[in-house]
Amino acid sequence: MNNLKKLFNQKNSGLLAVYFTAGYPEIDGTADTIVQLAKAGADIVEVGMPFSDPLADGPTIQQSSKKALEQGMSIGRLFGQLAGIRARTQVPLVLMGYLNPVLQFGLQRFCKQCREVGVDGLILPDMPLQWHEHNCKSLFEEYDLGSIFLVTPQTSGERIRQLDEASNGFLYAVSTSSTTGGNRGFGPEQQAYFQRLANMNLKNPVLAGFGISTHEDFSTVCRHLNGGVVGSAFIRSQEQGIAAREFIGNLRLPDVPNLSD
Amino acid sequence: MKSNTDTATGFSSLRNPDEAGFYGPFGGAFVPEMLYPNVEELRSKYLEIIGSESFRREFLNLLHDYAGRPTPLYFAKRLSEKYNTHVYLKREDLCHTGAHKINNTIGQILLARHLGKHRIIAETGAGQHGVATATVCALMGMECVVYMGALDIRRQAPNVARMRMLGATVVPATSGNQTLKDATNEAIRDWICNPTDTHYIIGSVVGPHPYPDLVARLQSVISEEMRRQLAEKTGRETPTAILACVGGGSNAAGAFYHFIEEQGVKLYGAEAAGHGIHTGETAATIALGKAGILHGSLSMLMQTSDGQVVEPYSISAGLDYPGVGPMHAALVHFGRATYLPVSDEQALKSAHQLARLEGIIPALESAHALALLEELSFGKSDEVVVCLSGRGDKDMGAYGGS
Ligand SMILES: Cc1ncc(COP(=O)(O)O)c(C=O)c1O
Repeated sequence: MNNLKKLFNQKNSGLLAVYFTAGYPEIDGTADTIVQLAKAGADIVEVGMPFSDPLADGPTIQQSSKKALEQGMSIGRLFGQLAGIRARTQVPLVLMGYLNPVLQFGLQRFCKQCREVGVDGLILPDMPLQWHEHNCKSLFEEYDLGSIFLVTPQTSGERIRQLDEASNGFLYAVSTSSTTGGNRGFGPEQQAYFQRLANMNLKNPVLAGFGISTHEDFSTVCRHLNGGVVGSAFIRSQEQGIAAREFIGNLRLPDVPNLSD
Repeated sequence: MKSNTDTATGFSSLRNPDEAGFYGPFGGAFVPEMLYPNVEELRSKYLEIIGSESFRREFLNLLHDYAGRPTPLYFAKRLSEKYNTHVYLKREDLCHTGAHKINNTIGQILLARHLGKHRIIAETGAGQHGVATATVCALMGMECVVYMGALDIRRQAPNVARMRMLGATVVPATSGNQTLKDATNEAIRDWICNPTDTHYIIGSVVGPHPYPDLVARLQSVISEEMRRQLAEKTGRETPTAILACVGGGSNAAGAFYHFIEEQGVKLYGAEAAGHGIHTGETAATIALGKAGILHGSLSMLMQTSDGQVVEPYSISAGLDYPGVGPMHAALVHFGRATYLPVSDEQALKSAHQLARLEGIIPALESAHALALLEELSFGKSDEVVVCLSGRGDKDMGAYGGS
């Protein structure tokens, strides 16, 4: 069974997913970063595949992507870096990135290599739902890769159900109408949105992401949903030389419910 | 919506996409969920709104009284003598604000009003679309934010001053090569952050469905007028060939639109070769690109083998873009139109030539279309229409006044 499903069978609250950009800060540091995050208690690691024109991303991920590409990062190189990862950690791994580099790599070849190195799920934010139905769904199933779709505060109830139906792993709730890395704290409006999602009894666990940078943000999200995704804040901490253990320790101060290990 | 699928060929019409926004294999709406509600709202309403009687009336009125349409179809006698054929210029340079871009912005501002939006954003390369957007925002009393590459802000300074005078906020895009692609990224990011009150007026036939079709329909007034004017001047509605420059491809789409189904009319697009297609400093997307996704649509794209977008180069800010509208990718794919690269040098030469022969200073973009007259050869009795998409006031720096 896919590691994501294993995780959700064991644990359904206080889930922490951490995103970083593959090939950044050090081009060949990808596998070590994954292992450090897993050891530090991340439940899921999201590995960003850098793209030249990341239009849903704010300045932090724009910069990390740019630097990674300048250092020679590519999907081919990423699979090389991930080749031995399953000997080092069983943390669920999700690849996240824009569709174009994946298409150029070749969709089938991409899925096959994901399975070979032990990737569990995919987030391709600019992949349309219908296009996924026609071109990806059966491939992803064949290679046991979970599809993870995004919902936003503007997504209609009906569409949330469709996206939940198509997702297989978790549902990614974009916390605010913004690019990645923005936001300062979650107000009543966002909390109402999180709660609305929680009340829908969706098929998949829901993790909120975009703009989670502090312990307070993370615990707010965990009060309503199954967990949260932290990206830009972790990348900024990498830039400041803060260890993964310390970063995650600070996010998960004691009052976050249901801490594992 | 009426299906455009041609039962004989099995693919959708090249003039309009299918319901999902595909022109054959190209098009679609590859947008992250953050943009989905806006794009979907537009998709579900645009045909009904722009087809309505009240919209048509207001749109045509403004095109006539405000933008100065119809623009003349001018028989360029001395240019014709030079090339030993009949050359007509479709004078989009005479539109209010100096380019065809106003046709689209008038239509989209009316659409934005129908949708209840009161904040407008736009991207711009040469600044013509930015000026045309700032203009209609002033006209309608709407807030206007224009994203423009920092390099383009320097090389198209007169247009920056115009936008500011019209009340727009011009925001520099500082990523990438600081040109049109980067400005478009920033505009899209703005839209993600402002999902309820803002309409994004895209300036060309690019972006996610329905933009390519929306912009093509609004620009199709160019070929609609051409047919009528050709009939008056030559007795025939159709020319031998139409030449237009292609950045994203909106003036070309407008000039081709009502001739696409007439196989007898040859369609030529001029794309910017920059220093030459093999120099690494070029924006010749169709010559060099492969199918790929940028700014929400699947089209031809200049990219590396890893699928990263290649930074383009052209002396012409309006053509300095690594992608092209999906309609053009399909016109190439199905062999309906031909696109040829034109270098900076060729464009400059053609601009100076037009100034001296006809007393018309074209925009650098339009000069690329004129340069095709050198590349192609036409018969003595042929009738060739060049879409003169804009005027050259903004380009005097590049022309050097010599
Ligand atoms: C005068 C003129 N022509 C052409 C273009 C290129 O755009 P399109 O290919 O959409 O017509 C521009 C863009 O700025 C322009 O200003």
